[in-house]
Amino acid sequence: MSSSELQSLYQQVILDHSKRPHGRGLVGDTAASSHQVNPTCGDEITLELHVGDDGTFERVAWNGSGCAISQASASLLSGLAEDWTPAVLQERIGQFREALRSRGAIEIDEDLFEDAAALGGVSRYTARVKCAMLAWVAAEDALTRLDA
Amino acid sequence: MSGARPGGAHPPAGTLEGRTARGDPAAGRAPLMTLTPASTPVSTSDSTAAADAGDADAPAASPSAPALTAPDGASLDARPLSTAELFRLRADFPALQRQVNGHPLAYLDSGATAQRPVAVLDAERRYLETANAAVHRGAHLMAAEATELFEQARATVAAFVGAGEDEIVWTSNATEALNLVAYGISNASLGRGGAAAERLRIGDGDEIVVTEAEHHANLVPWQELCARTGATLRFIPVDDDGVLDLDRLDEIVTERTRVLAFAHVGNVTGAIAPVERLVARARQVGALVVLDACQSVPHGPVDLRALDVDFAAFSGHKMLGPTGVGVLYGKQGLLDALPPFLTGGSMITTVTLERSEYLPAPQRFEAGTQKVSQSIALAAAVDYLGEIGMDRIAAHEAALGERMAAGLAEIPGVRLLGPKPGIPRVGLASFDVHGVHSHDVGQFLDDLGIAVRVGHHCAQPLHRRLGITSSTRASGYLYTTDDDVDRMLDAVARTVAFFGGAA
Ligand SMILES: Cc1ncc(COP(=O)(O)O)c(C=O)c1O
Repeated sequence: MSSSELQSLYQQVILDHSKRPHGRGLVGDTAASSHQVNPTCGDEITLELHVGDDGTFERVAWNGSGCAISQASASLLSGLAEDWTPAVLQERIGQFREALRSRGAIEIDEDLFEDAAALGGVSRYTARVKCAMLAWVAAEDALTRLDA
Repeated sequence: MSGARPGGAHPPAGTLEGRTARGDPAAGRAPLMTLTPASTPVSTSDSTAAADAGDADAPAASPSAPALTAPDGASLDARPLSTAELFRLRADFPALQRQVNGHPLAYLDSGATAQRPVAVLDAERRYLETANAAVHRGAHLMAAEATELFEQARATVAAFVGAGEDEIVWTSNATEALNLVAYGISNASLGRGGAAAERLRIGDGDEIVVTEAEHHANLVPWQELCARTGATLRFIPVDDDGVLDLDRLDEIVTERTRVLAFAHVGNVTGAIAPVERLVARARQVGALVVLDACQSVPHGPVDLRALDVDFAAFSGHKMLGPTGVGVLYGKQGLLDALPPFLTGGSMITTVTLERSEYLPAPQRFEAGTQKVSQSIALAAAVDYLGEIGMDRIAAHEAALGERMAAGLAEIPGVRLLGPKPGIPRVGLASFDVHGVHSHDVGQFLDDLGIAVRVGHHCAQPLHRRLGITSSTRASGYLYTTDDDVDRMLDAVARTVAFFGGAA
């Protein structure tokens, strides 16, 4: 029997997103893209930001390989960010990072992060924080390349 | 294995006494093949293997079944460790007693770093409490004692691998040892080292050969050496299991080859390289042989002179010793010819403002303050291993490795890397769980108190060749039990169900 800690790390939404990810598959045709590698495990991601006419993201596309946590995190980010503006994304990346680095002290706000709040369980596993952050770091880097 | 012990005040190796009392006869499921000399046929049958292993007339079961040791190195009938022996021996390792996530620890990451017995911890502490001083530098009593213990440690480690004292250089780890050779050759190529180093010079048109299965530590230094000298790097391929494929050996190792570097035992595959064959080819073409012995020296009897390699590297922390100390072995004549890598204090004879002259090996390669307590503790580790017997450790590990390989191969959705069950390997097995990332496998196992390594194990090119980005590796040692292995196998089988298997 796996422990309740393990089940709080791998919540069902995370397992579901890792199996059936959202936003997977690159579109191309944007300068706002970033490739990130986690050198300890070789996991990688390429993420693209596509802004629509209304100023929010029309699509956050990504491709990559990695563990269930990193794949689910990319999928969840991609779904969430499609309602956000670049400024909101920037702010959320900071909030997400702060919660994940808090060793369980700071919960992820469910009102802001919806299903991605399930990634809060990762913050107790310091070795896995990088896995959950990978897509978000790629998004942060891609933001710097977004046309003004 | 003469036990050079710090100050004679070393605890009796007696913690081990009685351990060799006859226990269960070969209870392992695996043949004792790692002990069989390369020239002796190998048995792959199971229960009768202990007897067959000594039978020189037994039919050869596998041509790729080399030994860890050279022909005259090991006894042929070593028994694996009995359950009672294992139980007593495990009590020497404090770290093995702990609980992890509410379970007794099953430590299956000894290939990365091994746990240390009390005798090793005590030896280091005793030295620090009684004789700590700068070595090769002072005239006071403690400095003399420290120097003597330090040099005795070198002699102990030298004897352990069949080398002469002056053929053993202390380094920080195996990585530094391999870099030392690469930089020495590099410096020779720049004209350093005078006439003696002439034969070590390489450049345009020369080739260095490594294998596709190397740890980055035995790959990147050679890439850099090639980049600095204009030499070309070439590769011995592996098959789809990650095992060396020597079909084209003679085309790859040619008259142009100046260095042939390879791992004695693969840190991902656990496979044992056919050293004799590789060395023979290197001799034909006049290439130097550099052996990465990180995963062999800790796990079985290794006689470096008998293997006839030119250089070899291994790390203390993988053989019950401390971190921060490693070993470079080099044939005397070669070490004496190799220009230094790190320079400064303790490696010189005469220094003027303009230039310096250097001590002979091994001191020439030991610039600056050395890892004294670590080296002394490493000698204690070697004594500890020697008391148990490297041939018996190899037999124990052959059984563990077979148990891992056979068990993993049976789990649906699991792909075993390295030699198939029944083919020699050390007590190590890596695998890929289809549709489940190694980090997730490792996390699931950790939750059950089972510590394994996940990722690319510093062998990205091999993983790429095998069509995966990472794998999970279970690696045992003398203290690993069948129960540790069975818990791992059971947990891996359940991993597939937990994560839902292939996407
Ligand atoms: C085959 C092999 N070579 C080289 C190394 C490098 O050893 P170290 O990191 O102690 O220098 C290792 C261990 O990680 C290894 O397994």
